Amino acid sequence: MQHLKVGDILLIICAAIGVVFLSLKIWTGAAAERAIIRSGGKIFQEVSLAKDQQISVPGHLGISIIRIEAHRARISSDPSPRQYCVRQGWLQQAGEIALCLPNQVSVELVGRDKKYDSLNY
Amino acid sequence: MQDSRFAIRDSTTQLHPEQSDALPPASSLPNPSFRILHPDAQDHHVARMAAVALGLTLIENAIPSPLPGVKPGLANIVTLIVLQRFGWRVAAWVSLLRVVAGSLLFGNFLTPGFFLGLAGALSSLAVLAIAQHLPKRAFGAVSHSILAAFAHIAGQLGLVYVWLIPHDGIAYLIPIFAAAALVFGIVNGLIAARLLLRFAPDNPATKN
Repeated sequence: MQHLKVGDILLIICAAIGVVFLSLKIWTGAAAERAIIRSGGKIFQEVSLAKDQQISVPGHLGISIIRIEAHRARISSDPSPRQYCVRQGWLQQAGEIALCLPNQVSVELVGRDKKYDSLNY
Repeated sequence: MQDSRFAIRDSTTQLHPEQSDALPPASSLPNPSFRILHPDAQDHHVARMAAVALGLTLIENAIPSPLPGVKPGLANIVTLIVLQRFGWRVAAWVSLLRVVAGSLLFGNFLTPGFFLGLAGALSSLAVLAIAQHLPKRAFGAVSHSILAAFAHIAGQLGLVYVWLIPHDGIAYLIPIFAAAALVFGIVNGLIAARLLLRFAPDNPATKN
């Protein structure tokens, strides 16, 4: 390669490492510690992710089942017609949230400090 | 050099006393605030290079971009070549002329887009002012290009943060812009290095 000099190659490698490092640093959110479960807009329960468990949450249409496992949380069953919140799968980073709007149930993961107060659409 | 093609030179030669007896000599013009600018060969060269850069900007604007702000920055190829060949001052002229003239061309002079372009160009030039002193044996146009691309995006994001969107959320975009800067920095640098080699100064076809 006559267009690339030694320093160029070194710089490309350093820059690539820098970009990857930056991406990991910025895009990997803080570790989640607790899950806030809401039903009908009110906090139903706030649970730690440290303990694996299954929680049944009564909602507007019926009962949503929330599973907590290996520091992750998901809605495993819900009566909502389109099942968006179930298909969202596991949540693991602070700030992630699964909403079952028809059943008015939500699970939000929070870390040590909350990144934002509310989400708006 | 076909200077007569440039309108500004035409008007100056017309005013020369030995070419037109009807007009008084330039020194005795009645209005002292009237000044004739004599563009020299280098001015023409800067203008020509800025025009090439402008053409590349025009082409680039026709290419759709997946994300606003992610652009190849083809015009910087010209800046890189001029930097290597004619030094930083000429490169700064070409780059800033391209930003201003480009904004006039696209009708976004003094809009946020213009200031973003200007911030990017200024920070690139600042980094290039330092990067040009890197040892020539080990660092070529590709290094200049990558460093300038990173400076460009850093300057732009900095301005976006302090002026347009003062929210930490824009940090999420940094990796995308940085990756784009790296890729396009390498590509533009390789093109510039190739052109520099192809039109080396000992090649008579490129004599200025």
